[in-house]
Amino acid sequence: MDAVIRKQLKIKACKARMGIIEGVFNAKSGHPGGSLSCVDIVTYLYFNHMNIDPQNPQMEDRDRFVLSKGHAAPALYSVLAQRGFFPVDELKTLRKSDSMLQGHPSMKYTAGVDMCTGSLGQGISTACGMALAAKLGGKNYRVYTILGDGEIQEGQVWEAAMFASAKGLDNLVAVVDNNGLQIDGKISEVNSPYPIAEKFKSFGWNVIEISAHSFDEIDAAFNAAAEFKGKPSVIVADSVKGKGVSFMEDQVSWHGTAPNAEQYEQAMSELTQALAELEA
Amino acid sequence: MADIIKTATRDAYGKALIELGDKNDKVVVLDADLAAATKTGMFKKAHPDKFFDCGIAEGNMMGVAAGLAASGYTVFASTFAMFAAGRAYEQVRNSISYPHLNVKIGATHAGISVGEDGASHQCCEDIALMRAIPGMTIINPADDIETRAAVLAAADYEGPVYMRFGRLAVPRIFDEDYKFEWGKAVVLNEGTDVTICATGLMVGEAIEAQKILAEQGISAEVINVHTIKPLDSETILASAAKTGAIVTAEEHNIIGGLGSAVAEAVCEGGKPVPVVRLGVNDVFGKSGPAVELLHIYGLDAQNIVEKVKQAISMK
Repeated sequence: MDAVIRKQLKIKACKARMGIIEGVFNAKSGHPGGSLSCVDIVTYLYFNHMNIDPQNPQMEDRDRFVLSKGHAAPALYSVLAQRGFFPVDELKTLRKSDSMLQGHPSMKYTAGVDMCTGSLGQGISTACGMALAAKLGGKNYRVYTILGDGEIQEGQVWEAAMFASAKGLDNLVAVVDNNGLQIDGKISEVNSPYPIAEKFKSFGWNVIEISAHSFDEIDAAFNAAAEFKGKPSVIVADSVKGKGVSFMEDQVSWHGTAPNAEQYEQAMSELTQALAELEA
Repeated sequence: MADIIKTATRDAYGKALIELGDKNDKVVVLDADLAAATKTGMFKKAHPDKFFDCGIAEGNMMGVAAGLAASGYTVFASTFAMFAAGRAYEQVRNSISYPHLNVKIGATHAGISVGEDGASHQCCEDIALMRAIPGMTIINPADDIETRAAVLAAADYEGPVYMRFGRLAVPRIFDEDYKFEWGKAVVLNEGTDVTICATGLMVGEAIEAQKILAEQGISAEVINVHTIKPLDSETILASAAKTGAIVTAEEHNIIGGLGSAVAEAVCEGGKPVPVVRLGVNDVFGKSGPAVELLHIYGLDAQNIVEKVKQAISMK
């Protein structure tokens, strides 16, 4: 990846992280951990990969994005705002009763959201439907969806995995945000879905394994997926829950907890410093 | 008397889908390994490129339907009522109804008249489940003519629709030129002593009951409530004001279906009248020939007559 682009993406992702913290802090609730773990990939998709138009969110032949792990809504909102779908200031209204930003993504409320998600396991099926629609209409748009690693405990994910493979949906790319934690603890201890890559391989998917926080690896993975024909691709992206905020990293307690004022200050201070270093 | 034509509403559904596919290239049909039974197989044969079998995975099928609909297609997703409204309830709620997507759920084999397969497949709770979802429309046609008209109308309607069809062949009630009005209950026979609100295969039984009652000097108004949600309260309340008593008849649990909907409307209508509900009396079904089961569970003209007398005595 071009060094300039890589640097720009890092800056965008850092700003997106600040938006996540801003939103969740003001809402006094929400899911920072899993938002911070997938935000690099969401940033990459909206700034460097997907064919979308913030001025025309319903553009007919746009690429589609379905956040199957809908609780990471702050990551999606923050990136959409950075990308110009709506003002960044809106992030502060997250989860408020008069907000366009629902606790989980809703296409009814928010420009740029392609599907209502939040109930785990359902997003990937809708993404399959969108990918099938593209095939049916002879369109070349592509469909992207991000799943949580805990989410793949849902049986519906494997119904969808079977379907996507059986129908040859090579215009579909699923990402597993493999941060290793879910609400009740380590996914390996709660109800292990491991080995993830092998499971998708056995379901007939093209599997790519990367670090979720390396833009070079992210870029290579999505480009490889785009080239791969005949099968859907899954990117198993090893991530760190809470990535970018020191005290949230790899801590299950930050799955669905908002920072208090002091923690907010510390998180923003860390991210501000990181941003300054990136922009230097 | 001319021969009575008997057709299962699921057969009429399959035929109507072919007709839709012929004229609308945005119509896509999904099934979950029951195409021969739900009759979507007829569509598959006529329009193989617009038919997708999702296999035995109803939750995923409803999600796929949502994704197709969000991409501009009018999707008919079919399986048995048990799996459409029951197993896939949450996908229907969250992936289809919350975004108000253009998915038409063709739920066949509803009610006790599934017959020999028994309780596991006799879904008598689907109307209750679907009725509680905001924005969902529920249509339960009475015969093949009404089914065709309802399916064509559903395709023109923007939003989710739950269409309830039966396995059992039922007598034709309507003429070929029957005009289906979306959400409008149909007064089939005017009367003065009691109103019988019926839906689905109980409409035929209600007509029979009306004839029996007429011989006994009781004048029954028969209303075909093909659209259970939104309910045509206006027509029902106007009839109630005239007759002063209502009997509801449905092949569904007495909890949460047509009877509940009518009772709610009448209670809040300002002029309460007795409402007596006939339906499956909050029990699970069992195996047996469909017609025999309908009698065993009291879903016939004779039991409507009994309920009518009960309702009139409460005036």
